Amino acid sequence: MHIHRYEKLWLIIGTLILVVFLSVLAVQTFFLEMGPPSHAETMDPESVRDSEMFADAELTEIGDNEYEIAMIAEMFTFQPGDLEIPAGATVHFTLASPDVTHGFKISDTNVNVMVVPGHISKISHTFNEPGEYLILCNEYCGLGHEYMANTITVY
Amino acid sequence: MTQPIREATAPHPGTEVNEEAVTGIAKRDSRLSSANLYIAFIALLIGGTAGLLQGFVRSGFIELPSWISYYALLTAHGVLLVLVLSSFFSIGYLYAGTSRVLGGLTDKTLVFGWTGFGLMAAGTAIASFFILSGDANVLYTFYVPMQAHPWFYVGLAMIVVGILSNCVGMFVTYQSWRKRNPGQLTPLFAFFSNAVFVLWVFASLFIAVFVVGMVIPWAFGWVPTIDPMIGRTLFWAFGHTLVNIWMLTAISAWYVSMPKIIGGKVFSDSLARVAVVILVVANVPGGFHHQILDPGLSTELKFLHVIQTFMIIFPSLMTAFAMLATMERTGRSKGVTSLLGWWKTLPWSDARFFAIIVAMFAFIPAGLGGIINASNQVNQVVHNSMWVTGHLHLTVGTTVVLTFFGVSYWLVPYLSGRKLTRSLNKLAILQTLIWAAGMLLMSGAMHINGLLGSPRRTADTSYGGHSAAADWALYETLMAVGGMILFVGILLIMYIWIRLAFFAPKGTTEFPIGEDYREKDRSPLFMDRWSIWVALSVISIAIAYVIPLINFATGHSPGSPPFLMP
Repeated sequence: MHIHRYEKLWLIIGTLILVVFLSVLAVQTFFLEMGPPSHAETMDPESVRDSEMFADAELTEIGDNEYEIAMIAEMFTFQPGDLEIPAGATVHFTLASPDVTHGFKISDTNVNVMVVPGHISKISHTFNEPGEYLILCNEYCGLGHEYMANTITVY
Repeated sequence: MTQPIREATAPHPGTEVNEEAVTGIAKRDSRLSSANLYIAFIALLIGGTAGLLQGFVRSGFIELPSWISYYALLTAHGVLLVLVLSSFFSIGYLYAGTSRVLGGLTDKTLVFGWTGFGLMAAGTAIASFFILSGDANVLYTFYVPMQAHPWFYVGLAMIVVGILSNCVGMFVTYQSWRKRNPGQLTPLFAFFSNAVFVLWVFASLFIAVFVVGMVIPWAFGWVPTIDPMIGRTLFWAFGHTLVNIWMLTAISAWYVSMPKIIGGKVFSDSLARVAVVILVVANVPGGFHHQILDPGLSTELKFLHVIQTFMIIFPSLMTAFAMLATMERTGRSKGVTSLLGWWKTLPWSDARFFAIIVAMFAFIPAGLGGIINASNQVNQVVHNSMWVTGHLHLTVGTTVVLTFFGVSYWLVPYLSGRKLTRSLNKLAILQTLIWAAGMLLMSGAMHINGLLGSPRRTADTSYGGHSAAADWALYETLMAVGGMILFVGILLIMYIWIRLAFFAPKGTTEFPIGEDYREKDRSPLFMDRWSIWVALSVISIAIAYVIPLINFATGHSPGSPPFLMP
């Protein structure tokens, strides 16, 4: 098998670029905690609505301008509805679905995670800029999918 | 009347004119291929119409009547184009080309081929009926626990079983040729064909286990619950493999036919086969990059999947080199000495070449977008946004489909015993330009809209007039305009296809098959031993899938009851 010298050069350069690229991704993932949301915990979808974690959940301050909230993603809304937080607040979202698969996306942020029934998803974000953010479902979940949205107001 | 084909294949110094190349294939083989192509083009028309209407609905141009929903159209668009069009076209094209290079299909192959065709056609009809009657608004990914009418899944299962039957058919002819020609390397086109059908087997097994083993019993109510995460994992093992099934089918024309069309030779038989083998071996685990934002998979496991996905980039780099090298060498052999002068000697006015090279250009941004999507945390920026839809329309919608159109300009008249006339060639060039313009506009707008945050797969993005959604409207309109241009392209290709299949002047059309440059670039014989490549593929699949599937199956995930759509 004969490989032209230019092709060798091309493949070596290409491979090196990929290795550098993967290294950057790895450093960000494993040393800077920038990896994708990967929480692993299961929960019976039929018990979500009545569970201690999700029933009557509300925004709770757990530290200095740090909050957590358990949200239900269901056809076709996010419970418990619109949220308000002060600027600079870090919010830890815990999400589960009692019905089908949903997506949890907050506009103008990188908050983006799948909510698959049977599993609990977690994602955190610090909201520095004041404004009204749109939370929307970005996975098709049924004929009312386009109405599945809430807001987070950062004041 | 002058034929463009003759100009393009003017004898090249050192090339022997192969008489076989212009004698066509047995009528019985061409009938099977033609039948597959009929369904592919009908699916293109119906799926394309659905796409046009989707653009109109999203941009607010029209409102649909109450008997059909946006999501039924979206399901039809996905199933008919990414599954039906691509599989029927691949089978029609690869069977014809294999018959051409291996001297005919065996009797058994024809039996498996027609059986597969019948199952696939019936399955398509059944699935389409339930989609259009509004009983399967689950999109082509049919994520459980959304549930469609049980017979929608039976239709899908029939398509998959039909594809498996076609796989067996291809393997029979391939192996029978090898038995009859001991010590000989299979022709490069047949090697590509076999690789595509090996990938089909891998893809089909995952989806068959899912649909037949899990979804159908659940949809008929025989079992109460289903595991959505296992479903997503099995679906994407199939779904992403499907992507490389199209790609491998498309690049078979780039590697094997393009050199002949431009009057050159295959750059390197052995490197082409190495690229094919890497694509087959590294392919299936790529499916996991669709699940980077899923719960239940650890960060470490996801990173392993990212590395495995990146393996697929290597053969793409090889392909990029080989294509340009083929073109340059051809120009040099015609006496071009300047650095880039060979570029001008390419047959730009030959629609077969023009469609293919535009497809190749589209693959540059398509491939780069793919690397972005697969890049672990970077995926978080674009996941499930319109960006991904834009990416898909560049990859399958442009790179693959334009190559299929380019192939049609010789394949359809080759099968019908007709000729691509000069005026049809001109129309075909126009079709390519329209397609490129429509896609540039539509896919470009989709990419930008996705970066601005607009979600994919939704009927409406106004969100009650929320300010975050205000920037999207302009791009939704551009997408619809792009869709209109593309629909003109679909009408044009339908016209060209009908002319070529039924009305163009009778004559002999060549199925261009390139030859090797040099004997020393030939592959060693062991490249034909598919047991090696299948074994390596199984190992690569096991590395990716064993841990997640065991975790899901034993992870006390309680399963989901069905939610009927609508």
